[in-house]
Amino acid sequence: MLHAAILLPLFYAIAVPLFHKAAKPIHTGWFVLPVPVLLFSYLISYLPAVRGEGPVTESAPWIPSLDINFTVYLDGLGLLFALLISGIGSLVVLYSIFYLSKTKEAIQNFYVYLLLFMGAMHGVVLSDNLVVLYGFWELTSLSSFLLIAFWYQREKSRYGAQKSMLITVFGGFAMLAGIVLLHIMTGTFSIREIIANADQVQSSALFVPAMLLILLGAFTKSAQFPFHIWLPDAMEAPTPVSAYLHSATMVKAGIYLVARLSPVFAGAAEWFWLVSAFGLATLFWGSFSAVKQTDLKAILAFSTVSQLGLIMCLFGLGSAAVYYGPGEDSKLYVLATTAAIFHLINHATFKGALFMVTGIVDHETGTRDIRKLGGLASLMPITFTLAMIGAFSMAGLPPFNGFLSKEMFFTGVLNASKMDIFSMETWGMLFPMLAWIASIFTFVYCMIFVFRTFTGKLKPEELDRKPHEAPLGLLLSPAVLASLVVVFGLFPDILSYWLIEPALASVLPGLLADEFYVHIYFWHGWTTELFMTIGVVALGTLLYMQLKRWQGIYGKLPQKLTLNRIYDRGLFYVDRLSLKLTRVYMTGSIRDYLVYIFTFAILVVGYALLQTGDWDFSSAQYAEITIYEALLITVLIISALAIPFVRSRITMIIVVGAVGYMVTLFFVILRAPDLALTQMIVETVSVALFLLCFYHLPKLRKERSPATFRLTNVLISVGVGAMMTLVALTANDSRLFESISDYYVKESYNLAGGKNIVNVILVDFRGFDTLLEIMVLGIASLGIYALIRLRHNGKQQLLSQDRKGGER
Amino acid sequence: MKTNDVILQAATKVVVFIILTVSVFLFFAGHNHPGGGFIGGLMTAAALVLLALAFDLKTVREVLPFNFHKITAIGLLIAVLTGIGSFVFDAPFLSHTFAYKVLPLLGKTELATAVLFDLGVYLAVVGVTMTIILSIGEDK
Repeated sequence: MLHAAILLPLFYAIAVPLFHKAAKPIHTGWFVLPVPVLLFSYLISYLPAVRGEGPVTESAPWIPSLDINFTVYLDGLGLLFALLISGIGSLVVLYSIFYLSKTKEAIQNFYVYLLLFMGAMHGVVLSDNLVVLYGFWELTSLSSFLLIAFWYQREKSRYGAQKSMLITVFGGFAMLAGIVLLHIMTGTFSIREIIANADQVQSSALFVPAMLLILLGAFTKSAQFPFHIWLPDAMEAPTPVSAYLHSATMVKAGIYLVARLSPVFAGAAEWFWLVSAFGLATLFWGSFSAVKQTDLKAILAFSTVSQLGLIMCLFGLGSAAVYYGPGEDSKLYVLATTAAIFHLINHATFKGALFMVTGIVDHETGTRDIRKLGGLASLMPITFTLAMIGAFSMAGLPPFNGFLSKEMFFTGVLNASKMDIFSMETWGMLFPMLAWIASIFTFVYCMIFVFRTFTGKLKPEELDRKPHEAPLGLLLSPAVLASLVVVFGLFPDILSYWLIEPALASVLPGLLADEFYVHIYFWHGWTTELFMTIGVVALGTLLYMQLKRWQGIYGKLPQKLTLNRIYDRGLFYVDRLSLKLTRVYMTGSIRDYLVYIFTFAILVVGYALLQTGDWDFSSAQYAEITIYEALLITVLIISALAIPFVRSRITMIIVVGAVGYMVTLFFVILRAPDLALTQMIVETVSVALFLLCFYHLPKLRKERSPATFRLTNVLISVGVGAMMTLVALTANDSRLFESISDYYVKESYNLAGGKNIVNVILVDFRGFDTLLEIMVLGIASLGIYALIRLRHNGKQQLLSQDRKGGER
Repeated sequence: MKTNDVILQAATKVVVFIILTVSVFLFFAGHNHPGGGFIGGLMTAAALVLLALAFDLKTVREVLPFNFHKITAIGLLIAVLTGIGSFVFDAPFLSHTFAYKVLPLLGKTELATAVLFDLGVYLAVVGVTMTIILSIGEDK
């Protein structure tokens, strides 16, 4: 049944175009809506089982011989993610029904891609087999690519889609390599079995490479610094897509991977530092960059980047608990993982709501530019309320859930700063400081998001439409999410029993006692964290008020060093470099290619000769040289050497003929009458043909090739000659076994009834070769016939053919 | 326009037959002496080329109204069929056999299936050579 839960959206996607065709008047979204709702309610029913009896496993063989099975593994972490995916998926589908026009947009494509994505995402979080997980992982990249470029007529959409594709697939590929390394270390692809053999992984030399590759996959997918650049450009997608993929689900796939493989890698200093430091850097850079954005979705994109960094950082800090092992020491750090899971849920709720609010604003005013917006609060009171709830939660203000997870985040970094391992004594203080500064920036952009859009003066002349409150259908989904924000903020403990505790158990297995409880209190006393939050609010308000004064610093940053520029330039230069490289060596001149081929042959064969090395040119095995042979070879060499120096073609042909007749004479004195006869006639015929062919050709012009080129030619031809001579001598020197010719000599009369051994071999012993050779001759003659007869006779024929074509 | 090469043409008329006879001799001698289908074929073609040189291609076409593609094809067909023929006797492809028979005029003669294969080679070579020379020679 669990397999069906993953595959249902994928198969349902096939039916979507049919629905679209069959029921034109009804928005296709209504047909799609039951799928995520059904999945959500079905997955909810697993909550007691996962909480009570532990993980549920179902397996189906796929490629058992390669240890690849489609195993579904439903534990606390997988269930949490699956619920987020199907839950927010339902809301997004509902929202998209009102957002996308059924007449103007290709909505059947939209829902096919969306369902593909939903199924793939369920597959990622519920697969136990890493190869299957990778398959679904790439399917999410692919469907995300399709969704970003949904409005493919726009150049920016295509650019964003290409960028996200390149970056996520790059990471995905690295992850595949990491998976293979894990398989090498443990001999299995199953995550559970790898976790069971975690000590084997940790003691292996491949531990760090595997970790780096897997993290590369996770960081690119989850838009961590410096791979976050694709996310802001992915905002060209329709807003429901941005809400679903680029805030709540796909970008959390990397976080899921980090959480899922924590039991394998956690406890190592490298993991702790990489995950938490990159998370912190992303958090800081994302919140810092968000402030300067003027597009609402760009603000949200950078805020997503920053919040993902926060979650990533918390998972990194939480991994320290594994180092301490079970006991009181680790409790402090377990809290960070708890905070990570809690914030994961919170972020999905408020960010989904905020994106939907942005979509509403875009829909009702025609722009998302905060410079054009303002004063919408009285016109769109409900949207304003929802935006406020979401943004205040994101800023970490009470009484919303963001406040709680932000406090827990501060607790986490404060605990981390007191750590005495992983050289945290020296660097530890950076964590709370950077986190605090990032929170101030977060506060500032949240305020910009709400107050620039909804308060101030209305500028009707800048807007395409007359703004008014959105229809109920559009407001429904963000309202549900916003109410969840409030409910989780006021009663956070309802999450802990069913969701956070089982998820925590799967991220940190074996570390927690059998019975453990997560309690999230709304009020936890006058602590340092609270003072930090008060500081954030105070300083943030001040900064927001004085925004105009200090916003200039963004212009001062070096424009040449932005990551986008590096990416664009990099792509450009890779393109140009490969073009240049190809132009350099693919000259189109056959001479150059022959130079490559011969040089390569000389190098390879010469190297092999030098490597084997043991040639012996002792003359013992060679026959005596007779006077005839010496004479013939002299003539042969002279005529062969003469060829390059001859100026006229006719002479050249005659000299070639002389070489051929010398070879005939060689056959005679080496006692090969058949060969001599054939060689003589063939040489005669070919010389005649040469004469025939070259009769009409112009006279040889003296070639003006540069001297260096001719030198290269000489060097290469001498090299080839020397090499082949060496090869022939060496080969003659080392015969490994007796020749088969004795057999032919003995048996040719007995078996074939012929005394001419050559002929018997040709027609009897090895007649098959002869058969194919005469076929070669036949093909050659037909080829010549076709070349001569079936050609265009100049312009006339071409023109008449064109005319015929035109008439047709 | 051909000039009146009386001596060449008169000599050719005799020599062509000698060359043709030699080529047939080479072909049949092949099994036991130097020669065979390949050389025989080339020699026959040489005789025809001599004809073409002494007279012209048109004459050759008139004297020998063959389509030389077809001769190539027939040669290939014979060669393949001798190969396939061995299947009838449950032998592998291209198995040859031979026997000595007393024939009415020739007395005791060796008959070998390999000669049939060689005949295929002979015809193919004649066809190929003539096709090439005629296609190039007749090209304007």
